[in-house]
Amino acid sequence: MPQVTLTVNGKTSTVEVEGRTLLVELLREKLRLTGTHVGCDTSQCGACVVHVDGESVKACTILALQANGSQVTTIEGLAKPDGTLHPMQEAFREYHALQCGFCTPGMVMSAIDLVKKHPDGLSEKEIREGLEGNLCRCTGYHNIVKAIAAAQEVMHGRAQALAPAAE
Amino acid sequence: MNVVTPFEGIGASVKRKEDLRFLSGRGQYTDDINRPGQTYAAILRSPHAHARIVSIDTAAASAMPGVVAIFTGADMPDLGGIPCGWQIHNKDGTPMAEPMHPVLAVGKARFVGDAVAAVIAETRAQARDAAEAIEVEYEVLPAAATMEAALAPGAPLVHDGVAGNVCYDWHIGDRAVNEAAFAKAAKVVEFELVNNRLVPNAMEPRAAIGDFDRTTDEYTLYTTSQNPHVIRLLMGAFVLHIPEHKLRVVAPDVGGGFGSKIFHYAEEAIVTWAAGKLGRPVKWTAERTESFMTDAHGRDHVTKARLAMDADGKFLALHVQTLANMGAYLSTFATSVPTYLYATLLAGVYTTPTVYAEVKAVFTNTVPVDAYRGAGRPEATFLLERLVDVAAAETGMDRIEIRRRNFIPNDAFPYQTPVALQYDSGDYTATLEQALKTADWAGFEARRAEAKARGRLRGIGISTYIEACGIAPSAVVGSLGARAGLYEVGTIRVHPTGSVTVLTGTHSHGQGHETTLAQLVTDRLGVPLAQVDVVHGDTAKIPFGMGTYGSRSLAVGGSAMVKAMDKIVAKARRIAAHLMEASVEDVEFDRGTFRVAGTDKTKSWGEIALTAYVPHNYPIEELEPGLDETAFYDPKNFTYPGGCHICEVEIEPETGITTVVNFTAVDDVGRVINPMIVEGQVQGGVAQGIGQALLEACVYDNEGQLVSASFMDYQMPRANDLPPVSVATHTTLCTHNPLGVKGCGEVGAIGSPPAVINAVVDALKDYGVRHIEMPATAAKIWGIINASRPAMAAE
Repeated sequence: MPQVTLTVNGKTSTVEVEGRTLLVELLREKLRLTGTHVGCDTSQCGACVVHVDGESVKACTILALQANGSQVTTIEGLAKPDGTLHPMQEAFREYHALQCGFCTPGMVMSAIDLVKKHPDGLSEKEIREGLEGNLCRCTGYHNIVKAIAAAQEVMHGRAQALAPAAE
Repeated sequence: MNVVTPFEGIGASVKRKEDLRFLSGRGQYTDDINRPGQTYAAILRSPHAHARIVSIDTAAASAMPGVVAIFTGADMPDLGGIPCGWQIHNKDGTPMAEPMHPVLAVGKARFVGDAVAAVIAETRAQARDAAEAIEVEYEVLPAAATMEAALAPGAPLVHDGVAGNVCYDWHIGDRAVNEAAFAKAAKVVEFELVNNRLVPNAMEPRAAIGDFDRTTDEYTLYTTSQNPHVIRLLMGAFVLHIPEHKLRVVAPDVGGGFGSKIFHYAEEAIVTWAAGKLGRPVKWTAERTESFMTDAHGRDHVTKARLAMDADGKFLALHVQTLANMGAYLSTFATSVPTYLYATLLAGVYTTPTVYAEVKAVFTNTVPVDAYRGAGRPEATFLLERLVDVAAAETGMDRIEIRRRNFIPNDAFPYQTPVALQYDSGDYTATLEQALKTADWAGFEARRAEAKARGRLRGIGISTYIEACGIAPSAVVGSLGARAGLYEVGTIRVHPTGSVTVLTGTHSHGQGHETTLAQLVTDRLGVPLAQVDVVHGDTAKIPFGMGTYGSRSLAVGGSAMVKAMDKIVAKARRIAAHLMEASVEDVEFDRGTFRVAGTDKTKSWGEIALTAYVPHNYPIEELEPGLDETAFYDPKNFTYPGGCHICEVEIEPETGITTVVNFTAVDDVGRVINPMIVEGQVQGGVAQGIGQALLEACVYDNEGQLVSASFMDYQMPRANDLPPVSVATHTTLCTHNPLGVKGCGEVGAIGSPPAVINAVVDALKDYGVRHIEMPATAAKIWGIINASRPAMAAE
């Protein structure tokens, strides 16, 4: 079987895979990083979004072999080693932007990439458009949009700390 | 013990305890679990809606790499069928038709997706490869793909023994009284409408792992379930014949349910049974296409209704005839949805003195249909709130005035409806007025004119609704055909150092119970939230439970916890009385502190807890050590959340695209424990309601092929399809449970669809539209606008 070598959350692994193995299968089943989820089979739902070399990618849409030599970040690799959450994770908690939690890892990974690509900030409408590739069935997106709007201020250094959610 | 923490108790929007693990990728959903020596199951499914299975040849598939076993229905002669949990009786008193639902198809396949064979292999991919290599010879039969086709003379029979494909023909209400009222009516409005079939689509696909320990004869099933004890009962007692003490069901983190994960599904039985046969764990995880083809669908009603009114617009009588699609087999609670969860709500918030409803349940060659968020109540609400708008339009009355005139007044509670239910509390005028103000109903015509100047059609719609949650009491539902009790169970386990573990028979799959239920403990016992953990979803840990559906968890499960805490406090006061050498009657307890009334003698919560477990100075002759109590709570009545939803839309006439521009929800969910979570529940429910109203269509073709079987074909609401949703609450307390709570999980999905469609119809009022069926897609609306263009131009 072919081998793939990749660095996931800072740790380099070499894994044997079938040619047809998807990146998400490698992450979940070979590396046991089960925070990345599979919610569909048509690349529609975005539950599997990870960062490959800094770009958000649906991990069900690329083969493991295509990620050979890549730097991959999953939801497990977002927080600092001391447990400090990424501002986007913190914002999702503060704004109640998750319910069942299943779409959440992909949603957070997509949101981080979306914010990074818009250093001048995103409007509510732009955030909604930017989430086109991620489905959530629980929240109605209302609080996800608010969380991303708040997190972008911290990520771009325009705010020192996350604005608290209104009571 | 820390000081009292009032801001974490009832009414505080504390952040959720469960979030950290979900945000860190540390949730444990069923597919995240792996057992040593695990194998993988793939299910071969019927590609035909209706076909006789002539032969199944597994020889080639069995020889493929990694295949451990292949099973078909013929390998399971001793297994029971998948049971239905509610027996409905026909008008003539005879019981409904209840055909066998085998775990794997025997003789015939009855819908596209019906399980025909199960392949067990070393890897997921090998199992799928082998499933494709099984050769099945089918004799394709004509299919009854729709209710209309199933009821036509000479229609193909889904089940050979069920004449006319009718499961039951049921009614409620007094027909003679109803007809007499119609005879006196000044005006009768007739109306027909469809409640569109939906696919629930929780984001986590269903999954199940069966495990078996030969040394103890114990089975374990890990499954994506909203009610593990119910699955243990149904699967253990009726299907696999495994006694409860040898069957553990674990429902770990579950990624959304919305009803679809209440039911016992064939795959749960397959993996559990196969694990026993093979002596190895067996895991199955649905692909999304399988979810579309096998998760129970929702809604799918066709209804004719007549509303009788007097000259002043007062409702005199309602007559409803509904056809309800059951699909090919009876799912767990399918039969109760269009009867006791639908027809009993047809009085709505109105004083209509007589309601008579007839419901015919129909078998078709489609996926079984069962409860989906709201379950019967959205269907009742959509009918009523559309009908009221039509009645207003046809009598020239104002839409608000006709509702006000027919509201059940505040002084009428408890209010007995003509369709069995007794509403305990509500204030429909208050929620209406608050919503009208928040939505600026009065200023709408100016917004309509402004939109018109921009070339947009703007409309506003309202819905004033009631629903019923926390289905109960057990004795009543039992007399109506329920085959289970509908109580709930809570254990409060106080540890020696005073921290608390709650064991609840309800299950959280997004609702935030680990936070909300902990807040009840903090509020009552004064234990800080960080020292209260809620455990759910494991029959080995929880004494018993009926699970989570019908917005019951707080009203029924929370009430069980209150009962258990009452016992804890009663015992703790006796221990405190002993320590402080006072009589029990003189010991007061308030959030963490025991005090001898009128003195400064106190004992802390921690001291009492420790004494209970280290009973050195203890009334041991009269009191057992320990502080751990369990209570079963059987509700006295349903709870009745209600409220008002207002929707404002804009339609682009060139494309027919509808945009929801404002949505206002004012709901009465009883006492609010965590406002942040309640808002989130309503927002999510409204999103599903808007999805039903504008986007989501589950489509079968005439051969019974499911045309909309992926996220590319079935339009789920995305972020840009939805508006910000304004959520507020107005509370009247439930009068019969100790918390005064009513439930908030379903109100959003129940109240919203008619508000949306009423708004769309209002936007199209110049086009002579009386009704538009859901989903009101752009194509449908464009068709309406386009067809009437010449008429408009001629005016």
